[in-house]
Amino acid sequence: MAVRGRRDRGEAVPLLAAALRSLGVLRESPVAMAGAAILFFWLAMAVLAPLLPLADPNLPLEPLRPPLSVSADGTATFWLGTDIKGRDVLSRLIWGARRVLVWAGLATLAAYLVGIAMGLVAGYRGGWWDEILSFVANLLLSFPVMVLYIVVITRIGASPLNIVLAVTFASAPAIMRIVRGLVLDLRTRDYVLAARARGEGALWIMLVELLPNARGPLLVDACLRMGYTTIALATLGFLGLGLPPPDPDWGAMIAETQPMGAFAGHAMVFPALAVSSLVLGFNLLADGLREISLRD
Amino acid sequence: MLKLALRRFGAMVLIMAVVSFLLFLIFESDKLAVAGKVLGPYSSLEQRELWLEKEGYNRPFLVRYGEWVADALRGDFGQSIRFKAPVSDLLWPRLANTAILAGLVFALMIPLSLTLGVLAGMREGSLLDRLLSFLSIGTTSIPEFASAAFLVALFVFELRWLPGTSSMTGGFDWRQLVLPVAVLVLYDFGYVARMTRASMAEVMTSPYIRTAVLKGLPRHRVILGHALRNALIAPFTVIVLQLNWLLSGVIVVEVFFAYKGFGALLYEAAMFGDIYLIEACTMVAVFVAVFSQFLSDVGYTLLNPRIRFAREGG
Repeated sequence: MAVRGRRDRGEAVPLLAAALRSLGVLRESPVAMAGAAILFFWLAMAVLAPLLPLADPNLPLEPLRPPLSVSADGTATFWLGTDIKGRDVLSRLIWGARRVLVWAGLATLAAYLVGIAMGLVAGYRGGWWDEILSFVANLLLSFPVMVLYIVVITRIGASPLNIVLAVTFASAPAIMRIVRGLVLDLRTRDYVLAARARGEGALWIMLVELLPNARGPLLVDACLRMGYTTIALATLGFLGLGLPPPDPDWGAMIAETQPMGAFAGHAMVFPALAVSSLVLGFNLLADGLREISLRD
Repeated sequence: MLKLALRRFGAMVLIMAVVSFLLFLIFESDKLAVAGKVLGPYSSLEQRELWLEKEGYNRPFLVRYGEWVADALRGDFGQSIRFKAPVSDLLWPRLANTAILAGLVFALMIPLSLTLGVLAGMREGSLLDRLLSFLSIGTTSIPEFASAAFLVALFVFELRWLPGTSSMTGGFDWRQLVLPVAVLVLYDFGYVARMTRASMAEVMTSPYIRTAVLKGLPRHRVILGHALRNALIAPFTVIVLQLNWLLSGVIVVEVFFAYKGFGALLYEAAMFGDIYLIEACTMVAVFVAVFSQFLSDVGYTLLNPRIRFAREGG
């Protein structure tokens, strides 16, 4: 499995040690390392955004300056140029990273909580629980994803919380299917029978016996899904249905520039590069983790 | 076989029924809001009440739903609020435009991804194999609107070879189709190629291929006569299911390039709150998705000899 964790209760900080050990696992795959490096870069940018010497991302300075140009009074350099409203593109990119990582993370987390709960119950309980939950999942999966996003968000409005809700609607069914499949396989294992014989409750068995043993494939899927969610958030931003302006959003940056793109190609290309590289990071990490887990 | 097809068909009809009910519930259970949308924000409460009475909105919810379904099945989806025209008159030309786009995408993507996938899967770990997995991770990481931005920056703003919008206002122009098709093929081919590669690689390790090689068949006959037939079953379902993903991508691409297709229509309808148009477009989109699922399920069973014979025998 991707993360080979034993339960060492003796260690002082078991969680931290486990995290470090699983990072060490990454060294087995250069692909995973490359993905982790890209992600680390964007994470660092997102965390350090308030500390970096950046212009205010929403402040109009001088419109349509090309990359590497110096401001009229000679005090500031626009490393990546400015957009059609004169805002610093580099600053908007970095603050945009912060926004997309926070909300994509929260949305993926929400989708996972719902998807895992649905999958555990459907897989472990079976019977009617499974029939009903699987039908709900099939129903939601029968929508082309973007159609579901557009219909839900135009109906309930584009606020951060509603976007988390829409991502949960769109992603939880797929997560549920994966968890359900894993649980159907795991529930016949001896340790589950042993737990049942001990008289453990269903909730304990699902959360303590089944879930931790399903984490390998789920970790790979979580990386992929962070990538999908990043794409979804940026695409919604591009369609004008994303996180509300004026705070920077990579997708919205492209949409704002597009009509005047001939004069500010850089304000379109850099956000496109940013979103692609972040998604690439998630995809490489997922691919590397899968490779490592198959090798074990 | 027939039983399976019928069961799948039944599941498809059930999903469509539930989706239609949910849509109707979400968009038309608040009658006054519907009247407000149709008559405009400045209509008085009295006008709205009169309109509701005249249009039969004061009948029970289920009766209205039944009538809506019956009308929809006859192809009557009501009047678009934004375009002031029957929804069906808007829908079909837009669907035809999107069909042109999707048809071109499939015509390019299928040969490209199957060829690459088969060549890579024939020799696992070869240079081509590693190149393909690298390429496909890269292209599937670039969302449609981002690759559209790259391609437009390069071919429209820098080189000035191609037009940056595809609204076809001056009649049909194939040059306006190049970029939308390229964006969709770029995003979609990697996944199908990877699936083909995995399927081909699996078949190549199977005993019957080893037998064919050991009995001295030339390599091209092993591949063409033995491996391909089974290696292409899994990609078939992936390609059919790709229709679902393509629909999502089509919305973004049509909005980006102002192409007058179905995806852009759905987007405009949703942004404007054009209730009847949203209902019709969503139903069409869900139908395409569910029907492709049905096709892939039935097709997979038809193509896969293991399932086919197991069913006929038992």
